[in-house]
Amino acid sequence: MFTHVDAIAGQLGRGLLLTLAMTALAFTGAVAVGLVVAVLRICPVAPLRAFGAGYVTVFRNIPLLVLLVLFVFGLPDLGLLYPLFATVSTAMALYWAAFVCEVVRSGVRAVPRGQAEAARALGLGFGQCLRHVILPQAVRPMVQPLGSIFIGCALSTSLAAAVGVAELTGQAEFLTLRYDQPLTSFALTTVVYVALTLTSGLVAGRVERKVAVVR
Amino acid sequence: MNKHFGENHVLRDIDLDIHTGEVVVLLGASGSGKSTLCRCVNRLETVDSGLISLAGVPLPDEGGELARLRARVGMVFQSFNLFGHLSVLDNITLAPTRVRGLSRHEAAERARQLLDRVGLADKADARPVQLSGGQQQRVAIARALAMDPQVLLFDEPTSALDPETVGEVLDVMAGLAADGMTMLVVTHEMGFARRVADRVVFLDEGRVRETATPDEFFDAPRTERAREFLSKVLSH
Repeated sequence: MFTHVDAIAGQLGRGLLLTLAMTALAFTGAVAVGLVVAVLRICPVAPLRAFGAGYVTVFRNIPLLVLLVLFVFGLPDLGLLYPLFATVSTAMALYWAAFVCEVVRSGVRAVPRGQAEAARALGLGFGQCLRHVILPQAVRPMVQPLGSIFIGCALSTSLAAAVGVAELTGQAEFLTLRYDQPLTSFALTTVVYVALTLTSGLVAGRVERKVAVVR
Repeated sequence: MNKHFGENHVLRDIDLDIHTGEVVVLLGASGSGKSTLCRCVNRLETVDSGLISLAGVPLPDEGGELARLRARVGMVFQSFNLFGHLSVLDNITLAPTRVRGLSRHEAAERARQLLDRVGLADKADARPVQLSGGQQQRVAIARALAMDPQVLLFDEPTSALDPETVGEVLDVMAGLAADGMTMLVVTHEMGFARRVADRVVFLDEGRVRETATPDEFFDAPRTERAREFLSKVLSH
């Protein structure tokens, strides 16, 4: 097997690049969509609140693998043809957005009620109050849970292998087929995943100290 | 105006006029509804029935129109509620720049004048957490004044303060009253009520029991409830 080190490293490297790209897309999308859904869930308009609640209920209660299968095989049936990578990343972003939404909501709840009252009493509207007073102070309690979501999101990209994306886990499966050494190939991928998640944990800790609001 | 919290009828048939330049002090035992009444005036609490008007214009229930009218009603809270992530100066300039559309420069200049007025000219760059309670409350008053309010509401502004800092906040409030500011004040500071109020309104179980000048109210309360209340708060 040692004669194939270059080939193996190259394959895992390509897998890692796909995993990183998918994680970045899914997580960025999840934060963007999750923020919007969270704003809907706390806004003063009842139908929008109901829509936000419905979104979270739907996407948080479907197993991600099922969601991936529905997107990958269901969308083409509806005539919506997108590249596999984009479809899978979108499904993941929508799924994790439901979790981001709940983290944002609890971050907003952690800001003392009087802050919003003072802002409203000064004549700030809902959006201004949220943007200038509440969200800046809600960021800190959100950092660690968002770090956990990032880790969950990064690791969940391994499910994409099941619908045919050749990311890290997909490459481990190829290596297993080729060299018949399942433990070795999956041990190697595990090391790469752990390196990825440990790094993100460190980053979350740094960010948290940066955005602290002293009370 | 009427207000319920669930089964509890907290404000009953309140009918109150405050004239321009008048200082009205709301007195009453805790639970009498005086804070709720104060919060209803700028619609931080909804009312079940009734009408609140500012200079003849009724306050709507929600939306942008309410925010615009609310900008003309200043409010000072028991727990200060300064924005924790902003400096003292930014606390004061936030609403004038975002709501009134003042430039940062204009707003900052005005904020410094107001800080000077409340005796905190040197604290513009401090964070709220670095200030004492009395200092925070004076910044909160400056923040409310920065919107040029037509009325200022005070919801127990000194109840969360150390005794030695109560005086500095009351002095600022007395100064505003002397300058002709229209004020509605919920307080337990009887000395302040007597010295500064034009009119005392005594609330009991959500009803206005008595409306009188401070001298009449403190020297010769007309109702049994008011006599009981005064004997409790003035006996020590």
